[in-house]
Amino acid sequence: MISFIVFGMIELTPGGPMAAFEENPNLTPEDLARLEEQLGLNKPFHERYIQWLGKILTGDWGFSQATRRPVLTEIGDRLPNTLELMFIAFIATLLVALPIGTISALKQYSLFDHVATLFAFVGQAIPIFWFGLILIIIFNVWLKNPVSPSTGFSWSHLWSCVDCKPLMPGGGMAPYGVDNPSILQRIQHLVLPVTMLALFGAGSYTRYMRGQMLEVIHLDYIRTARSKGLKESAVVLRHAFKNALAPVVTIIALDLPSLFGGALFTETIFSWPGMGRLFFRSAERVDFPLLMGIVMINSALIVFFNLLADIAYSFLDPRVRYE
Amino acid sequence: MATTTIDRLEVNSVVPEQRTLGGIVWRQFRRHQMAVAASIILLILILGSAFVSYLSPYDAVSSNFRERYLSPSLVHPMGTDDLGRDMLTRLFYGGRISLAIGLMATIVAITIGTTVGAIAGFYGGSIDNVLMRTADLFLSLPRLFVLIIMTLLLRGLDIPLLQAAGGVGGTILVIGILSWMSVARLVRGQFLSLKEKEFVEAASSLGLSNMRIIFRHILPNATTPIIVAATLRVAGAIITESGLSFLGFGVQPPTPTWGNMLRNAQDEMLKGHLWMAFFPGLMIFLTVISINYIGDGLRDALDPHKLR
Repeated sequence: MISFIVFGMIELTPGGPMAAFEENPNLTPEDLARLEEQLGLNKPFHERYIQWLGKILTGDWGFSQATRRPVLTEIGDRLPNTLELMFIAFIATLLVALPIGTISALKQYSLFDHVATLFAFVGQAIPIFWFGLILIIIFNVWLKNPVSPSTGFSWSHLWSCVDCKPLMPGGGMAPYGVDNPSILQRIQHLVLPVTMLALFGAGSYTRYMRGQMLEVIHLDYIRTARSKGLKESAVVLRHAFKNALAPVVTIIALDLPSLFGGALFTETIFSWPGMGRLFFRSAERVDFPLLMGIVMINSALIVFFNLLADIAYSFLDPRVRYE
Repeated sequence: MATTTIDRLEVNSVVPEQRTLGGIVWRQFRRHQMAVAASIILLILILGSAFVSYLSPYDAVSSNFRERYLSPSLVHPMGTDDLGRDMLTRLFYGGRISLAIGLMATIVAITIGTTVGAIAGFYGGSIDNVLMRTADLFLSLPRLFVLIIMTLLLRGLDIPLLQAAGGVGGTILVIGILSWMSVARLVRGQFLSLKEKEFVEAASSLGLSNMRIIFRHILPNATTPIIVAATLRVAGAIITESGLSFLGFGVQPPTPTWGNMLRNAQDEMLKGHLWMAFFPGLMIFLTVISINYIGDGLRDALDPHKLR
């Protein structure tokens, strides 16, 4: 179905697939008609759609108009970088949001709960691209690496130092010109983008987790678990948390398209050589084959992750069974 | 102390409390302190944007090269930009565009969403199935990516109405078209439960047409969640617009919006002109968090279970 929409968008492309040839003055209208027949463009919509779908399934995705390289190669070069960034950021989000949401619910209306709620509201309202710029201002422009090449280590170097490097790199996956970065260098380059991307979902997931936990914690079986003398940690983790998690998994899975959007901003701001940045640059060059390819890949990934979430759901809640 | 208590007692016994629906909602809304504070902030932003041409001695578009890159001062509270234009003035002009786009895109989304949801919920069956699967399909699209592609397609189509003022119309349209799904689901849910109620049976036994039942009888009963959802959607649309403009695919300069001012600031801030990056984002943040709190307050105020 998604492929159908993508194909529809290709059809709407300004000038259509023939635009490149129409501007060529050496071609007569008869040439154009012959070319159209050769390329199968004069067939009805549905026949061309099936033909196009066949090509997609056999791995023939066309060529980028800007670089003349196959779309699949261009995407394949960037996809691992994007997945790395998104995966780490996703784990970071969960590590922040799930515990905070749970504790918030257990200590409802405490100081912690109020601070967490404020944090969640702020996190939901900050435009992430602005947050990324602020991160760069603080950790790249203002704060310096406290180790100076000339005068050695001093905490005061953090904010005043003449020849120090910035505290955190402002972009890229590795220092400029370094092909095989060390683990430390890679982690350094991951810190800011991951922070930026993690804030994106953390606010709303904290709220969902808190809400679900509040719903579960007052149910009878929790009281039963407590009254049979289980330790509080066992009650919370084994009985409450696991059951509160199931609906949250669904919401997070439904939220995935926006995580891809967040990655687009993150990669653009931090020059991360991933799919989002590739998309941004292709959009600037109006390189439709590449744009469509990226949308196809993203949609496929989203469907795949939704499937994963469904499987995770049936694992967390055994009452749900898929036939 | 004693006298005040008596005074209050007398007042209460002489003048019975007037309870209108608006009065009740307003009383509930006032309890939510954050929502009231948020309303005040938003009101200031709206009035500032509306009357900026009378309030500010500066112009939003024309440049002044003698006053480039001035850091914030009394004359320019938020500094000036790379062309010597006053940032505060431009931010309020940008507020006009950003707020208008947020509002208009929401109206588009609510119109589509309500219609789809109402029809799906009322008729049910295969119509419901087709409409809701379409909504699911739209929901699983990578939204931002499709937004950008649609913007590029619209630019190629050359429709003057959508390209006026740096592409404001086109931006409203694409955001609206891609954010109706949650509203449709919400309205459908409301309709599914409302259509079983007695007053619908009464209306249809009077021989009223389906369209009349949908829009005159059921829809007014479903307005509360729609109002709350619409409020929150405005915030979402403002973030989306500023994101698009930030990437360069929304409203084009020189028409200022908060998003394209941030885009401009991206290079400037590395040269040390930090205020250029700080204030536009702050405006977006303040607007969005205000709208979210107002939505939260409205949800509580309009909830009939909480009426006291």
